[in-house]
Amino acid sequence: MSIRDYVTLRVGGQLFGVDAARVHDVFHPRGLTPVPLSRPEIAGVLNLRGRIVTAVCARRRLGLAPREADAPEPLAIGLEVHGDSYGLVIDSVDEVLKLDDEKFHSPPGNLPPRWAEVIVGVCQLEKELLIVLDPHTLLDAAHLKAA
Amino acid sequence: MRLTGYAVDDLIAEFLTETAESLEVVDSELVKFEANPNERKTLDNIFRLVHTVKGTCGFLGLGRLEAVAHAGETLLGRFRDGKLEVNADAVTLVLHSIDRIKMILAGLETTGLEPDGDDHDLISQLEAMAEGREVAIDTVQAVSVPDRPIASDVAEAALVEVKAEVARTLRPGEVSEEELEAAFLAAEAPDWMSEPDPTPAPVIEAPKPAPVAAPIVETVATDLSTSLSALSAIAGGEDGTGIATTQSIRVSVDVLEGLMTLVSEMVLTRNQLLQISRNREDSAFATPLQRLSTLTGELQDSVMKTRMQPIGAAWKKLPRLVRDLSHELGKKIDLVMEGEGTELDRQVLELIRDPLTHMVRNSADHGLEPTQERIDLGKPANGTVKLSAFHEGGYIVIRISDNGRGLNTARIREKIVEKALATRAEIDGMNDQQVHRFIFAPGFSTAAKVTNLSGRGVGMDVVRTNIEQIGGQIDLNSVQGQGTTFTIKIPLTLAIVSALIVGAGGQKFAVPQTAVMELVRTGANAEHKIEKIEQSLVLRLRNKLLPLVQLGPTLQLEAATQEDPTFVMVIQVGERRYGLVVNDVLDTEEIVVKPLASILRDVDVFSGATILGDGSVVLILDPNAMSERAGNMLEEKAAEESEETHVDAQGQRVAMLLFKAGGGTPKAVELEHITRLEHIESSQIEIMEGRAALQYRGKLMPILTVSGHYHDLLAAREQEGHIQPLLVFTGEGYAMGLAVDEIVDVVEDRLSIELSADRPGVRGTAVVAGRACEILDVDHYQLRGLAEHARRQHHGHAVVETEAA
Repeated sequence: MSIRDYVTLRVGGQLFGVDAARVHDVFHPRGLTPVPLSRPEIAGVLNLRGRIVTAVCARRRLGLAPREADAPEPLAIGLEVHGDSYGLVIDSVDEVLKLDDEKFHSPPGNLPPRWAEVIVGVCQLEKELLIVLDPHTLLDAAHLKAA
Repeated sequence: MRLTGYAVDDLIAEFLTETAESLEVVDSELVKFEANPNERKTLDNIFRLVHTVKGTCGFLGLGRLEAVAHAGETLLGRFRDGKLEVNADAVTLVLHSIDRIKMILAGLETTGLEPDGDDHDLISQLEAMAEGREVAIDTVQAVSVPDRPIASDVAEAALVEVKAEVARTLRPGEVSEEELEAAFLAAEAPDWMSEPDPTPAPVIEAPKPAPVAAPIVETVATDLSTSLSALSAIAGGEDGTGIATTQSIRVSVDVLEGLMTLVSEMVLTRNQLLQISRNREDSAFATPLQRLSTLTGELQDSVMKTRMQPIGAAWKKLPRLVRDLSHELGKKIDLVMEGEGTELDRQVLELIRDPLTHMVRNSADHGLEPTQERIDLGKPANGTVKLSAFHEGGYIVIRISDNGRGLNTARIREKIVEKALATRAEIDGMNDQQVHRFIFAPGFSTAAKVTNLSGRGVGMDVVRTNIEQIGGQIDLNSVQGQGTTFTIKIPLTLAIVSALIVGAGGQKFAVPQTAVMELVRTGANAEHKIEKIEQSLVLRLRNKLLPLVQLGPTLQLEAATQEDPTFVMVIQVGERRYGLVVNDVLDTEEIVVKPLASILRDVDVFSGATILGDGSVVLILDPNAMSERAGNMLEEKAAEESEETHVDAQGQRVAMLLFKAGGGTPKAVELEHITRLEHIESSQIEIMEGRAALQYRGKLMPILTVSGHYHDLLAAREQEGHIQPLLVFTGEGYAMGLAVDEIVDVVEDRLSIELSADRPGVRGTAVVAGRACEILDVDHYQLRGLAEHARRQHHGHAVVETEAA
């Protein structure tokens, strides 16, 4: 039994979860400097309290439709992978849930590979399904190239 | 003593780190030893190091390693007791066994296990020699080890020694140290050392207490004692005083990098604060802020110091290299090293290690004559390769000199014509030094025969490119029959660089200033126009066509429209020269380079990012990658043109203006660069926000100073009727004034600039009219002036208003 806190968040209507211990902070991605010639998933680089943070758009990373024009200002969760600071740009943050990872289901076989490889597991909540993401593969250069 | 808290893996990693360091020391110690076999101290040091290796591997159960180390140690023990004569064969054999140890370590490093293999050949030879029997060295199979063993790479990457300023004499505080020292320093060697054992059973014979204890002592203590013994080995070899007196601790590089990042951020925040405070009237903050600013600067310096390593670290392999070369080439070579303690950033150190090795190899192979030839010439039989290093300004200067035959100027001239690098007529007009500089041209190699050691097709051009890529310069001086000296000047650190902030495609970018040779303003009203051949853009610049790369479109950003004011930055990367078209030049700024996240590493045109004073993030362009991306048009060679300027500069008499500014040596500048000399009343100069300007011919002209600050100008304004001399430089559509203290004279002289490391803004020193002068780097001031000018256009309104008020 290992029960952990998960930050739940929404991207394109879907509910996702990320291990709360991995999330450093939640912020509005403002003052983005675009990086020319970079992959489309890269939203840009920004200055977060003196650190240079690379913002990655979760919608584009997961192959979802772009954000609607009238959508509220996006949020980003701060994650650290291989010692680099990243901001995963998402639509909104919900609550923090305690989940037992032994009750996670492995991702169903019919998911596109772009999704399957970044998912730790799927959790059946009462009302909907919660997809738990692995920030490591989500933001890893090698996996991104393959996607 | 308990083993808890230590995984065996950790012990092995630590062992590898320590051993790699010990082995490097052994290498150079052995060479010293061979040269001077009576030097007891050197032998003691080598013995102690090999012994430590042996002891520790016994403890870790590394049997193969231990057996080799043991046999080596036994032989060394015989030398130490004076029972055997040291000769070249013996040293070669010991070096072979050290190579073998390195090979096993490399295997251990990669797989975590000792590689399979048989060492009986080597061990039996070592034993035979220890027993005084004849040994045919040739049958010992030399094991080829990588030039830089993996283990030592890791060791250097993983740990940096931080020297504390407190010094103390080595105190045998730990039981282990004490016993170790006692064992080694005992006047009579114990039995197990002096008598080679006919039945090798090394595990049992190892002196237990010391090696077993060593790894278990608390980390710092272990590390401390290891550092101390390594240092004592070095100190003992150098001055013969034996035991070390410097105290140091090991700190992981990660911690240092973390500190560096924090301090860099602090510096940027400080700059922001200073900017805010400058624009405010209330000065309650001014004093504490000034104090904070000074402290931040000092803190930054101190943290930078922790990243510094003595250049000797890059030289450690050289004594062994030169020794091997000496044997292989049959030349007698002395390697002299001076200034090993000169420190520079470890990142820079890594980058110059290979070029330096290459150059020393070159000097020994090509530079020095064979011994017999030297004797015939009446030179000392031993050739000398001398390395020296010292600090000058923000740079380190490294000299590699030999007392060999010097460059064959006639042969180089022929080769230049042969390779069509210049015409016969051009060559005839050049002096020797200009001809010599051609050895830095790509593909140039005069080696008549390709030896095993050098002349592998990688020539001095690669060395030059490597050095220029880190913002350094290289020059040489050669006298036929007397030798050649190479001078390298490199910045102490790469962490902070001065950069031009440019605009293109609606975005800001930083370009390292070292790559920018000059700035040219183009556009509808400017003298220079960008022209098109097919789809390629070129710029006519002093009767040459400069290929252009448009920054915006190359980055797939919108292109500059014709009406936009446009600048061409003339960029030199190695031998390539090209123009980078940008829309705007905004400012010059000292920037702290931060690496990009790994997810962005595939975007090769950026070498990093930085946070500007206003808090925004800008990407730093890599001029080298830009040129590669821009493709085939860059085959143009710039060497020709730069040589041409050398002819002008060195051959003819040049009119020079001598002046004094900012104290120190008198300064000089070629008169042709100066448009006008002006004397104005100091009170006319406007000074605001740390910048100065003057209403000049109906326009606001930026005023710069040699010192970079304006204290003296401010003070001069206080004096009634003080007259300020100005040198006015003009370029495409802008003018700038350089405030100087006093104009001394105008003289005509041949200009021969000695490359020397110094501040930006100074090209070097030269003797002008019998006085040593610093020659002003006009390009540097023009870049600053141009950036200032561009800035003012942006803030034009604000400036006018301030003046009205």
